[in-house]
Amino acid sequence: MCTTCGCGSDVVTIDGADVHAGHGHAHAGAHRHEHGHDHEHPPGHGRGHEHDHGHDHGLDHDAPPSHGRTVSLEQNILAKNQLLAERNRGWFAGRDVFAVNLMSSPGAGKTSILERTIRDLWGKISISVLEGDQATSVDAERIRATGAAVVQINTGAGCHLDAHMVAHGVERLGVPRGSLLLIENVGNLVCPALFDLGEQARVVVVSVTEGDDKPLKYPHMFRAGHMLLINKLDLLPYVRFDVERCIDHARRINPELEVLLLSAETGDGMPAWYDWLSTRRARAGVAA
Amino acid sequence: MHELSIATAVVEACAERAAGARIVRVRVEIGQLAAVLPDSLRFCFEICARGTEVEGAELEILETPGRAVCGGCGATVALSSPFGRCECGGVLRIVAGNELRVKDMEIA
Repeated sequence: MCTTCGCGSDVVTIDGADVHAGHGHAHAGAHRHEHGHDHEHPPGHGRGHEHDHGHDHGLDHDAPPSHGRTVSLEQNILAKNQLLAERNRGWFAGRDVFAVNLMSSPGAGKTSILERTIRDLWGKISISVLEGDQATSVDAERIRATGAAVVQINTGAGCHLDAHMVAHGVERLGVPRGSLLLIENVGNLVCPALFDLGEQARVVVVSVTEGDDKPLKYPHMFRAGHMLLINKLDLLPYVRFDVERCIDHARRINPELEVLLLSAETGDGMPAWYDWLSTRRARAGVAA
Repeated sequence: MHELSIATAVVEACAERAAGARIVRVRVEIGQLAAVLPDSLRFCFEICARGTEVEGAELEILETPGRAVCGGCGATVALSSPFGRCECGGVLRIVAGNELRVKDMEIA
């Protein structure tokens, strides 16, 4: 297991190889090396009264705890992922890369939206893709067929991507400066909502075949998103899906949520999605 | 299923500070709106702790109820799901229930 963020990377593979194969595990600044004895305590601040007060200073006191004591940690459980996500965000910003995290249940059409987006924007902007799935490289092969650079991350038992996997994926992908990085998360409407990858925008995809009650059933995902794409609009005449109801439910959870209706199959509504990407990219300070 | 990642992070945070000492109890604070199931977390914690300083430690979960403040009338209301509207129609801002913290641990 990788000690950097504990993603269980002994089962995570990137393009079929172990996540740590063939590189120096470049986590500058993220490794904390503990040295138990080399900072000085002021007189009277011996080991006898260890941190049993409630301040959030767990990270810089490394003295080993004494026995039979309660040791205060008071730290965010997701702190490591958060730290790595911020490092990714800095890495993206430094290279004018606009990173988007796409999330949905399996089969909502994330890969189809990516395929169409890459083909329609070909020659206008460089697009790279990170594909997250529990198993297989089927989606990466679909993306590769469009001509875009892609890396497949297989999470094994993992139900979501995390910032650590993305850091390694990007390392392997070699994202060009000024490009758009589309990260397709593992198909799952629950877990990916909790894990910041360092992206600048989070997009949730729902398809009309799934039912308009999804936002209320999976509120965390809709709360986390910036943009809701309602996909498979071409199938709307054949299913019972109330578009207004779906949007109303989603905005009850997240009043700021933006919404677009589209069909990756027919291309309807796709130009508005490209405009949104372009606007958000500009707002993120990425040079056009 | 993300409880496995949460449990792993809790075990690592504790093991790092334990410096080889055995940990007998870990207290975490989990907000009721944080999308983490306590039972699932306990199950995963036990598995993740194996072979570490945390093995066999009791996991105590403090559940923080959801609470929100209305942007319209300023009322404080209890929340059982991570969204809702105030009786006055105002938008609610969640002020408690999203916690995911390792509070402390007890060394043997």
